[in-house]
Amino acid sequence: MSMPTDLEPKQVHPVSVPPVEIHDLTVAYHARPVLWDIDLTVPEGKLVAVVGPNGAGKTTLLKALIGLVPWASGWVRLFGEPPDRVRGRVAYIPQRASVDWDFPATVLDVVLMGTYGRLGWIRRPGCTEKAQALSCLEQVGMAAFTRRQIGQLSGGQQQRVFMARALVQQADLYLLDEPLAGVDAATEQTILDLLRSLRDQGKTILVVHHDLQTVAGNFDWVVVLNLRLLAAGPVEQALTPQVLRQAYGGHLVILDHAAHVRLRREQGQE
Amino acid sequence: MPDWTLLVVLALLGAATGLVGTFAFLRRQSLLSDTLAHAALPGICLAYWWTGNKSLAVLLTGALAAGLVGSLWHTLLVQTTRLKTEAALGVVLCTFFAAGIVLLSLLQAHAGASQTGLDRFIYGQVAYLTDEQMLVLGAVSLALIATVVVLYKELKLFCFDPDYGQTLGFSRRFLSLLLSTLLAGAVILSLRSTGVVLTVALLAGPAAAARQWSHRLGLCLLGAAFFGASSCIAGALLSFHIPQAATGPAIVLVLSAVVALSIVCGPARGWLWHFLRSWRFRRRVEYENALADLFRLAEAQPEAAGFSLEGVARWQQSPASRKRRVLRALVQRGFIEPAEPHRWRLTHAGLRVARRIVRGHRLWETYLAQNLHLPADHLHRDAEAMEHVFSAETLEELARGLQYPAHDPHGHAIPPAEQEGQDA
Repeated sequence: MSMPTDLEPKQVHPVSVPPVEIHDLTVAYHARPVLWDIDLTVPEGKLVAVVGPNGAGKTTLLKALIGLVPWASGWVRLFGEPPDRVRGRVAYIPQRASVDWDFPATVLDVVLMGTYGRLGWIRRPGCTEKAQALSCLEQVGMAAFTRRQIGQLSGGQQQRVFMARALVQQADLYLLDEPLAGVDAATEQTILDLLRSLRDQGKTILVVHHDLQTVAGNFDWVVVLNLRLLAAGPVEQALTPQVLRQAYGGHLVILDHAAHVRLRREQGQE
Repeated sequence: MPDWTLLVVLALLGAATGLVGTFAFLRRQSLLSDTLAHAALPGICLAYWWTGNKSLAVLLTGALAAGLVGSLWHTLLVQTTRLKTEAALGVVLCTFFAAGIVLLSLLQAHAGASQTGLDRFIYGQVAYLTDEQMLVLGAVSLALIATVVVLYKELKLFCFDPDYGQTLGFSRRFLSLLLSTLLAGAVILSLRSTGVVLTVALLAGPAAAARQWSHRLGLCLLGAAFFGASSCIAGALLSFHIPQAATGPAIVLVLSAVVALSIVCGPARGWLWHFLRSWRFRRRVEYENALADLFRLAEAQPEAAGFSLEGVARWQQSPASRKRRVLRALVQRGFIEPAEPHRWRLTHAGLRVARRIVRGHRLWETYLAQNLHLPADHLHRDAEAMEHVFSAETLEELARGLQYPAHDPHGHAIPPAEQEGQDA
């Protein structure tokens, strides 16, 4: 797996360490590549939209960043370290539909989960953690719902709960998977305002986003994906008509096929 | 009458399976416990055949080993074929159980059925437990309970959102393995009490019942432990009073009664509460409609002293007894008072309620006409429903949004807001 080009990155001066650095990353599910040969470095303090058509590998990119899916090749460094060494500095918000909202838990229970990483094994959240959770619930405008069962919330309110759970982690890098999908206008505004204020505190935020219309104006940076990385950079530079045609125009069929065949061969299935 | 030690052991056993079963229930793994239990039967038979030893520890080790083989086979089936999880579970369950029954028949033919006592594992029997066997069961139960108590936070996180837990450093793989181990432990515990056929009831039943009572995991766990323990004790006592009765079916019958009762009465999602809430709401709608009707009549004839509901369309269709009941209830609650024989007028309190309802009705009609551009004859029925569900805040927000209109689309005056709302 480890090719000469995959050598560990040289340790550079800590000040210039980027929060996200991806080199030659390939991720595959059952021999089918979902991400292929991604190289990406995200600078600190940027609010980044990750866009691309359905099945482009946006969710997989976030999951690969925190080690939730294995890498077929390449490497990822967060703040210059392997992802599992900097867990305390990274907050992840999964898609809302990925959990069972009928689970017997209150809003406060779910937000308190954000403090579990700091607490470690066995230790339970106490008064300090509760106070932190309540203050985060206030920031997302959900302070009135702390005792509510999570299944009784609207979609937008559930997303705010997830947002509060990430805030309570006090991370430096936030990875959000479709936080604005299917939420009401007020929630969208609340979340965008919060993300901007986090950005202004110097945090780095990656948001998987479905709506190209709202990228400009709301985000500083954009990453355009469709199996491969098509563009990455400041919105006005990266989001060109040509890139979009490439991303959404279906020109990648041959490339997709080639990658598929190669991986099947490599895994001995053909 | 069984001795106290047995009852304590059964209580611990029921509590342990209830606790572990709740997490399995939340992970939707209840069926896995059923498969593990059925897979245990050939393991028990083989353990006896190999060692010639009937001690519970040996037999349960055999059960555990067979359960492990069964779950590995299941995993393999799901990963290598296109079988879905449930189908694969079914395949494993049937194969192992059939093998177990055949082995059991062979052993019984050789050693004599009553000699082995292995058939007690099919339907469960707690009557003849020795002290040593009770010690084994009690120790395993305590170990399971202790693990759940100590790792409550981690198990909760894993069951709700395992990926997120992984990002916090709580290994998904480890917790999955831990839960499977706990589940296997709970299964072998219940083998001797409920038997392989009915084990799933002891794991899924208490959890399903407890979920009807609370929306909080901590309380669900306490409830499941309580239901599991009490069902085990009650079932065992019941089976002692029926000659030749197996313990398993008795426990399961008690447990089924508990589940049924919970589904009917549980405050979190029980039918009874649901029915009660909907009945209360319908009654409130009746009262509010009557008050609103009297208000509209007074609007039409400001000079009249009292009104009857005789002329109002919706009351003409309903039986006279209903009308009498509603009017009597409204008099009792001080919302209306008799003006002349068979004529009523609104009291101050009644007027406030009626104003709120009519205000909601007319504001909503205005909203529908202005924002949804519905024609005037499409407005009434929707507003009839909405007028009873507006909260005071929503109503004011609606009025603000419409910039406090004075009249509805039909030209009726919209009553102004009260300082504070009051419910009928």
